[in-house]
Amino acid sequence: MKHGSVLEVSEVSVRFGGLTALNAVSLTVAPRQVVGVIGPNGAGKTTLLNVLCGFLRPDEGQVLIDGRHYRNLRPHRLAGLGIARTLQGVGLFERLSVIENVMIGASCRATAGFWPALLGLPQSSRDERRLRQEASQALDRVGAAGVADAWPGELPYGMRKRIALARALAAKPNLLLLDEPASGLAEAELDELGGLIRELAAETSLVIVEHHMDLMMSVCDSLVVLDFGKVISRGSPQEIQADPAVTAAYLGASGSDDD
Amino acid sequence: MVEFLQFTLSGISFGMIYAAIALSLVLIWRGTRLLNFAQGGMAMFTTYVAIEVVHHTGSYWAGFAAALAAGVVLGAVAELAVIRPALGKPELNAVIITIGLLVLLEGLAGILYGGQFRSFPAAFSVIGLRAGSTPLGVSRFDVFVAGAVLATTLLLAIGFRYTSVGLRMRAAAFNATVARLSGIRVARVITLGWALAGLLGALAGVLVSPSTFLYPNSMDSIFVLGFTAAVIGGLDSPVGAVVGGLLLGVALSYAAGYLGSQGSDLTTVVALVILVVVLMFRPDGIFSGARVRRV
Repeated sequence: MKHGSVLEVSEVSVRFGGLTALNAVSLTVAPRQVVGVIGPNGAGKTTLLNVLCGFLRPDEGQVLIDGRHYRNLRPHRLAGLGIARTLQGVGLFERLSVIENVMIGASCRATAGFWPALLGLPQSSRDERRLRQEASQALDRVGAAGVADAWPGELPYGMRKRIALARALAAKPNLLLLDEPASGLAEAELDELGGLIRELAAETSLVIVEHHMDLMMSVCDSLVVLDFGKVISRGSPQEIQADPAVTAAYLGASGSDDD
Repeated sequence: MVEFLQFTLSGISFGMIYAAIALSLVLIWRGTRLLNFAQGGMAMFTTYVAIEVVHHTGSYWAGFAAALAAGVVLGAVAELAVIRPALGKPELNAVIITIGLLVLLEGLAGILYGGQFRSFPAAFSVIGLRAGSTPLGVSRFDVFVAGAVLATTLLLAIGFRYTSVGLRMRAAAFNATVARLSGIRVARVITLGWALAGLLGALAGVLVSPSTFLYPNSMDSIFVLGFTAAVIGGLDSPVGAVVGGLLLGVALSYAAGYLGSQGSDLTTVVALVILVVVLMFRPDGIFSGARVRRV
C-alpha cells in the first residue's frame, strides 16, 4: 500500500444546529490495524461512523480513504472503495433468506453491469452462482453456515449479528466498520467475537465502536476515547486504562479540566 | 356447466390484463412506496405509439415491440424527470405529480391523436374457439393475452429470483439504507423498477385495446381494476398482484354472465364489493407479509 493509512480522519467537526456532535476529531487507521472508538453515551461515536460512511458530511475537516479525499462521499460508493459497515442493531433484509442477505454484501463486486445483466441472463446467472459461493464462505467464517436457507426473523439475536457481519465480510473489505458488534451478545459469544476480530485483523483493518470494555481492551491495537464530541485520550489499551481523563469521563468526575 | 366454463375462461383472459397492470403498480410501490396514478395513462400512450407503428409498417408485431420499448423508455423517463425530484419530500407531492402526469399524457394524446375511438388490431383471430361443438367463450387472441402476460410474469419472477440484479432490486425494496451501505445504487434500481412497470403497462395496453377501443381515457377503468387487483393481492406482493388480477377477472366475468343484462353495468360495484370484503379480513391484502410495515 503506497499510502501509509487506510483511513485518515483529520480535524472533522459536525454540528447539528447549535450542538457540536464532533469537534475536530482526528483518527488514523493503518493497514491491518484494529482501532477502537469508545466513550460514554452521546459522545459522538456513531456520528463519527456516519461521517466515515458518507451518511453525514462533516462541516469541517476531511476524510481520506487510502490517502484520497472524496468530496462527495455517498454510502453506495463505499463498498466499491473497499469499506464495509455493520449497523447498530442488525439491519438484515427480513424478507430475503440468510444466504441472499450475505450475497447482497458480495454483490458490490458483481461483474455483470446493470443493463447487461438485464439483457444477458447467462452472464448474470454465472454472477449469481459466484455470489452464492462467496456468501456461503462468509457464513462459514462466522460459524453460521447451518442457517443459510433460514429467514433472518427465525434466528436468535446473536446469530443475526453474525449474519450481518458475514454480509460485511462478503464484500472482502480493506476496512471494516463495526458499530457495537457486542451489544446483546451472551458471554460465550463475546469470546468468539473477540477471536474472530483478531482473525480478521490478519487481512483487513477494523474500526470498532463499542461499549464493552473488556472486549475492546483485548482486541484493539489502539483506542480513541470520545467525550462530548472531543477526543479526550488516545493510545494503546494499557495507556487508555491508565489515563485519569478517561476514568473521569466515564465516572462523571469533575476536575479533568486541568490539561 | 358450459356457461360456467366460458365465464371462467374469459374471466382469466381479462384477469391477466388486470394482473399486468397490478404487477406494474406493485413494482413501483416496492421501489418508491408510491402509487403511480399515471400507469394507465402511460399504457394508453404507448398503445398509440403501437397504432402509429402498425399503420406505417403494416406489421402488428412491429407495433407490439414498439409499444413495449416505448413503455420501458416512458417509465424510466417519467421516474428520472418528474418523480425523482419529488422523492424524499412529503409523499403527497409525488402522488400529485403522478396525477399530473396522467392529465398531461391524456391531454397530449388528445392533441396528437384526437379524441375519437380507434380500433386496435388483435394479433390473432378473435373468433371464439370451440371444443367440438361447444363454444369455449374465448378466442385464439384471448389465449395469446393470457399466455403473453403469464410469460412476462414468469420471466420477471425468474429475473428477480435468480439474477444478481433481481437480488439487488429486492434488497433495495425492503431496506434502502442498508442496501446503499452494501453498495447498491438504489436510485438506479428504482429507475429500473419504473422501466419494467412501463413495459408491463404497455403490454396491458396493447392486449386490452382490441376489446375496449383506444381513446385518451380508454385505460382509466382498466387502471382502476388493476389497482383493485393489486390492493386485493397486497401492494407489496408480485404473486398477490397476479392472483388478485385473476380473482377479479373471474369474479367480474361471473357477475357479467350470471347477473344478466345489468351484470356488465355492475362491474365497478362488484369490484368494490370484493375489495371491501378482502380488506375486511386481510387489511394488507391476501399475500402481504405477516408483519405490517410502518415507516
